[in-house]
Amino acid sequence: MSDVTRADVCAAAIADAFQDDGEIFASPMGMLPMLGVRLAKLTSNPDLVISDGESLFLAGVPPLFARADVVEGWIPFRNVFDVVAHGKRHVMMGATQVDRHGNQNISAIGDWKQPKRQLLGSRGAPGNTVNNRTSYWVSRHSPRVFVERVDIVSGVGPRLAKEAGPAAARFNDIHRVVSNLAVFDVEGAGDTLRLLSVHPGVTVDEVRAATGFELDVPADVPTTRAPTTEELILIREVLDPKGLRFKEVPDVD
Amino acid sequence: MTIDEVVGELTDGMTIGIGGWGPRRKPMALVRAILRSDLKDLTIVSWGGADVGLLARAGKIRRLVFAFVSLDSVPLEPNFQKARQEGTIPEVVELDEGMFQTGLRAAAQRLPFLPMRAGLGSDVLVNQPWIRTITSPYAGPDDQHEELVAVPALHLDVALVHLNRADQHGNATYLGPDPYFDDLFCMAADRAYLSVEQVVDTAGLTVDTPVQRLLLSRMMVSGVVETPNGAHFTTCTPDYERDERFQRAYAAAASGSDEEWAAFSTRFLQGDEAAYQAAVRAFGEES
Repeated sequence: MSDVTRADVCAAAIADAFQDDGEIFASPMGMLPMLGVRLAKLTSNPDLVISDGESLFLAGVPPLFARADVVEGWIPFRNVFDVVAHGKRHVMMGATQVDRHGNQNISAIGDWKQPKRQLLGSRGAPGNTVNNRTSYWVSRHSPRVFVERVDIVSGVGPRLAKEAGPAAARFNDIHRVVSNLAVFDVEGAGDTLRLLSVHPGVTVDEVRAATGFELDVPADVPTTRAPTTEELILIREVLDPKGLRFKEVPDVD
Repeated sequence: MTIDEVVGELTDGMTIGIGGWGPRRKPMALVRAILRSDLKDLTIVSWGGADVGLLARAGKIRRLVFAFVSLDSVPLEPNFQKARQEGTIPEVVELDEGMFQTGLRAAAQRLPFLPMRAGLGSDVLVNQPWIRTITSPYAGPDDQHEELVAVPALHLDVALVHLNRADQHGNATYLGPDPYFDDLFCMAADRAYLSVEQVVDTAGLTVDTPVQRLLLSRMMVSGVVETPNGAHFTTCTPDYERDERFQRAYAAAASGSDEEWAAFSTRFLQGDEAAYQAAVRAFGEES
């Protein structure tokens, strides 16, 4: 199938991040993560447990932002915290900043005492990252997002988790960082961000230039796989027929 | 009780927990009444939405305990942002969402703290060094004695919550999909005041609603006030959903000039609750 867009590639890359998770609660934050998780559930990992983002576990796989589907369970916020502590969860959060050591910031930019720009607050990032598998999604890869050191550590990367002791490191599992340019993990030297693949049409040098720290780049960097025909049909005709994904990742040539 | 009688029970410097979650089922009528009052130097404990934004803008907050402040469809709360960026909230305690729940649990159980993994390694502990860790007396895997966060109890002087239905004694049901944490807020507080869409007789609480929806018992509640549309402009499912148009107007005014905020404030926040609801109806009738 022709005309594969960057957003389609991102959706498939996000789906791949959830393919080996088995029967756990997949918690996507944001549009592309929601698309990717639902794509994974329809392809590589039908056992994923998904919710409506509010309080219901959904038995089916509805299109983005569609209501009304078969409900298979109840997941009010109080129970989410129980699942987090229990560990059967993989959350993909957004990130205003991600640093070389896989720490994430969604709290504020600047000095915490009087920030230059107040954001959400740390939300559940501290608990997520020391309890269950956590990935990040960055829709606009730039040196302002990928910084040497985040201003405020909301999500805890592997190095800080190890420094905080066994209770913090035991379940710390930063799995993937997916951006509009590339896919990373945190298995680089000294627990740093490592480039796993660059999206079709993106060069390693472009990723380096858009990253505000020195990336661990293996000698041979593969290209992120293109979505299969089945995946493209699912994305375009089932999950996101309105093309909402292009609001987050505009089409590029 | 009346709204003003509830606010009459509050005093300067109190620690007040506000139920609901972000922009969902917040006791907004009671928050608006605090705005109209002379109360000051409050400690506000909230998974925050416009409740925090409004109180911050009005300079009511001396100390804020929060995990996030959001309007959902408007991700960042402009009044809260402004207060933080201008440094007008003297003391800020930023917790992980789950730590917040654990802190309420500790208070509800009259414990000084409860252990938790959340917070370890993060700047929640760096920026609030008074939150300490505790080492388990029991060996875990690999013979390790885990060092966990000792989440301090979030004891409240008063809790303010809003539910769908209650009887006059304080037995109350939520009818939407999520109870949030309003029971915990009530149990963490010395006194809890409940506003509801409708006060019904006790039999009416379960006539067509499962008993599992009875979130609050009268033991947990000091006073009940009927405030129809009292969660506006947050959700109060299924009685009503969020007033997105009004919220956009609020957010635009809050992030606009001082004059724009003053105009919003004059139109909606100067009078009593009846005046607010009338102004909201008028706003709704504009196309």
